[in-house]
Amino acid sequence: MKENLSVVELQNTCIDLKKHVIDMIWKAQSGHPGGSLSVAEFMTACYFRYMNVEARNPRWEDRDRFVLSKGHVCPAQYAALAMKGYFPMEVLDTLRKEGSPLQGHPSMTKCPGIDISTGSLGQGLACAVGMALAAKLDGKDYRVFSAVGDGECNEGEIWEACGTAYKYKLDNLVVFVDWNNLQLDGSCEEIMPPIDLAKKFEAFGFEVYQCNGNDMAELVEVMDKALASKNGLPKCIVGKTVKGKGVSYMENQVGWHGVAPNDEQYRQAMDELDSQYVK
Amino acid sequence: MNLEKKIPTRNGFGDEIVALGKENKNILVVDADIGKSCKTGDFRKQLPEQYLNVGIAEQNCAGVAAGLATCGKIPFVVTYAAFGSMRMCEMIRQEICYTHLNVKIACSHGGVTPANDGASHQAIEDMGILRTIPNMTVVMPADYASARKLVRAAAEFDGPVYLRFTRDAVPVIYDEDEEFEIGKAKKLRGGKDVAILANGDTVRLAIQAAEALAEEGIEARVYDFHTIKPLDEEAVRSCIEEIGRIVTVEDHNILNGLGSAVCELVAEAGCGKVKRIGIQDAFGQSAPYERLLAMNGVTMESIVAEAKKLVKA
Repeated sequence: MKENLSVVELQNTCIDLKKHVIDMIWKAQSGHPGGSLSVAEFMTACYFRYMNVEARNPRWEDRDRFVLSKGHVCPAQYAALAMKGYFPMEVLDTLRKEGSPLQGHPSMTKCPGIDISTGSLGQGLACAVGMALAAKLDGKDYRVFSAVGDGECNEGEIWEACGTAYKYKLDNLVVFVDWNNLQLDGSCEEIMPPIDLAKKFEAFGFEVYQCNGNDMAELVEVMDKALASKNGLPKCIVGKTVKGKGVSYMENQVGWHGVAPNDEQYRQAMDELDSQYVK
Repeated sequence: MNLEKKIPTRNGFGDEIVALGKENKNILVVDADIGKSCKTGDFRKQLPEQYLNVGIAEQNCAGVAAGLATCGKIPFVVTYAAFGSMRMCEMIRQEICYTHLNVKIACSHGGVTPANDGASHQAIEDMGILRTIPNMTVVMPADYASARKLVRAAAEFDGPVYLRFTRDAVPVIYDEDEEFEIGKAKKLRGGKDVAILANGDTVRLAIQAAEALAEEGIEARVYDFHTIKPLDEEAVRSCIEEIGRIVTVEDHNILNGLGSAVCELVAEAGCGKVKRIGIQDAFGQSAPYERLLAMNGVTMESIVAEAKKLVKA
């Protein structure tokens, strides 16, 4: 079932989610905080407003699917799943630890609520396309949501998958491009110029929406529109985001791609996030 | 074996997949623009609602199949062996094997059978590469009849399977009612002097070699190892313990294929001798299929010669 939270409720839920992200990466002393924070608003909107899922029945065949193509930012998805009740909150403390369902990159055979294993960049979108295609073949109305990284769009397979989404008229597919403009080795411009990702997806046949991907009101406005549009075109939301959004010293810092905060940084991050709740 | 009646094993796939698709609407073909030469034409015509073609985009093809499989579909990804093993390799590993999804990679043009297409299309590494990925099953049928049976067995098996077929025509070895089980080698001839373990299009050579050896009083035991993973270890061990002299034959690089898999068990057993016959770790060229095999010593005559060396040693 869908929760359909309002924008303000989503904003506060997103802060909860970001605090879990920081907490679990700090406890693991390992993980990817920057991208987990830039994608957090989209993750929150999907799980707490749009997705028709049942935490107690994670393999329910008519559920909406979520494919985290940029699998390294799984702390954001793990937090959402725990908050939805897929597994107890304490499990978040086991991130990246031996025997944990919360692998360093998501595993569908280990973690309830993960619809496909990802981690090797560029591959998740094709899987999301396969799921959306299965819905069309079976005449079902579930949707597939997928988060793709800007750096990940360097991979050719992303564009191959777009071709299939267009050909088979997958208007039940919503792709969010997390355009935070930083990849592991540097800025996107420096490593591999993205040119205009919105134009690129449009050229590949998507119905493209653009917004500030960290502004919940803007995001909800475009997602509402995208989901209402049943014209045979796959949907793409190009979200301009800030890597590390919500924690001042992480924002727009390439160094916070895959590094855990120390104790002092952890306290500062949690304090800063606490101050961002909307009354 | 009927040497006069030759059919490419890709035709066995093309015929059986139509029958399977009619029985189960969840069985899909996912083509990558070489469906015609992989024999999916009839499926496309007869079962258009179960037929997908994603164009020349193999990586995406494997990923789309994985997504379909998470939703209960049984996709057969269809391409050439060189592309189905190597162009798709990491997608097969990450999205099909790690996830243990019910996707079949069904490839024509195995081994040197693409012949005049040249080295780019001859797949000599594929079975070895896929054998090293956990959760993968690797199968190459010897003829048309066994191709049909093993395609059906793969469809009924829950998990990833790599199926490899020939482009070129090969003799029909089995009757159409012969049964096959994935992972269980087929004993074709009993013998106590030497064992010849072959797979795919070289099984016919093993049978001919055994007949020639019999004329010289050497009794060869012959097995069709249509599945190299999981390997029928019991069959290999019986050859080690009861004979101790093994010739392996394959249309695949001698590195990491059937011969290597057998050598692993022989080494662990600490006894027995093996001679590997196969492609000599070298790229091929455009040439007739039988010539390419001969250039690599994959002939009935060399199997006979190597078997005799082992028996006399």
